[in-house]
Amino acid sequence: MFAAFDWEVIWRTKAYLWQGMLFTFNLTLLAMVGGIILGTLLALMRLSSYRILNVPAGAYVNLLRSIPLILVIFWFYFLVPLAVKAITGSPYAEGIGPFYSALIAFTIFEAAYYCEIIRAGIQSVPRGQVDAAYALGLTYRQAMMRVVLPQAFRNMVPILLTQGVILFQDTSLVYVVGLTDFMGAASKVAQRDGRLVELYLFAAVVYFVLCFAASYYVKYLQARLTPASR
Amino acid sequence: MAYNWNWGVFFQDAMFGPGTYLDWMLSGLKWTVVVSLAAWLIAFSVGSVLGVLRTTSFRFLRGVAATYVEIFRNVPLLVQMFIWYFVVPELMPKDVGRWMKTGMPMPEHTSAILCLGFYTASRVAEQVRSGIESISRGQTYAAYAMGLTEVQVYRHVLLPMGYRIIIPPMTSEFLSIFKNSSVALTIGVLELTAQSRQITEFTFQGFEAFTLATVLYIMITMTVILLMRVVEGRFRVPGFIGTGGR
Repeated sequence: MFAAFDWEVIWRTKAYLWQGMLFTFNLTLLAMVGGIILGTLLALMRLSSYRILNVPAGAYVNLLRSIPLILVIFWFYFLVPLAVKAITGSPYAEGIGPFYSALIAFTIFEAAYYCEIIRAGIQSVPRGQVDAAYALGLTYRQAMMRVVLPQAFRNMVPILLTQGVILFQDTSLVYVVGLTDFMGAASKVAQRDGRLVELYLFAAVVYFVLCFAASYYVKYLQARLTPASR
Repeated sequence: MAYNWNWGVFFQDAMFGPGTYLDWMLSGLKWTVVVSLAAWLIAFSVGSVLGVLRTTSFRFLRGVAATYVEIFRNVPLLVQMFIWYFVVPELMPKDVGRWMKTGMPMPEHTSAILCLGFYTASRVAEQVRSGIESISRGQTYAAYAMGLTEVQVYRHVLLPMGYRIIIPPMTSEFLSIFKNSSVALTIGVLELTAQSRQITEFTFQGFEAFTLATVLYIMITMTVILLMRVVEGRFRVPGFIGTGGR
């Protein structure tokens, strides 16, 4: 049944598709790093005993977790140019492309999810560790940086990576603002050459292989990091 | 910031079609809810079957269910959406394919519901599996020792417990399906996010349109949480808390 299909189209456009894949990797990595940094700050705020810190952080997380990613992408695609105009005072939003709108949207959105993961990770560190750190005279900052967070992150590596795989899949949604990530490249070729079946199946296979391999690696890590006694 | 606020935009007559822009938003809300609920029916039933298959004693069935879950979890929803809408009709036998493209009522909505349903089924399956696996083996052994068959063990012991243990993680899957339904806009379903985008393009009142959409999504989330709290209160097993699998 595949006789009428032209699979060569993928080989002919491989350079363009590869460009798209690089964009996807770029966006995933940057948003992951940004999301983890912002997520850690939010998690520390949520765990703080000061209401002025934990209430806004809780509101942020609950708000972003109740709206779809596409809506967040649209929000920032619309807001970032306005903000740039306000800051630079120029009537045109120059010098900042849609890539940054997308990156900001993903960072802000993923931070809410990373926050919850990191919060759980911090809470999984035994309370005695914190008490011992304070008893040794460490400040809050030292206790966090040298005792709690290193242990928390070590426990969290598998689940942070799993979230990274989800993020990698989610970056395909930049399609909605016309950016050329891997999926954007595939769909542009698909529409130009009228090869929807070939390109979309190819995209599915590529995403599957990458995500399956990554999740397999996460399972291996998890098995290694979990003590045998558990 | 030089932005012209105009909340009255929702009461203006829409660019085309009868009604105001508020009617557009409400129609978007309606489709978000309809698509999500219909997809949830598929997700819950297919996911339950798959989750049970993953824990049965038949190696072959476990393999089939595991393969399904891996495939549907590791391909982005957007790609799956395009495959259901653009690719599936081409791969069907000629007459079926032609019917899907020309005869099928509301092809976008149908494809979106099928896509979202079968995608979420893989996630529901993981929750059902983790619920069943979290029941102590002793209960299963006891059930077999009493002479129950495998079907009876599931029917009377594992499923009644398993479903109740996983109510909290199932709540978050149920919430996800409403958010994920926004991906249907890529194949032309005019749901809530699509309508707010469309209004922004016609009126340039992005703040107003996106704010209303955000508020409506929050209201959906709160409704679901309240509803599930009632369900949980009625069915929860004391002493068991579902954490769910990923």
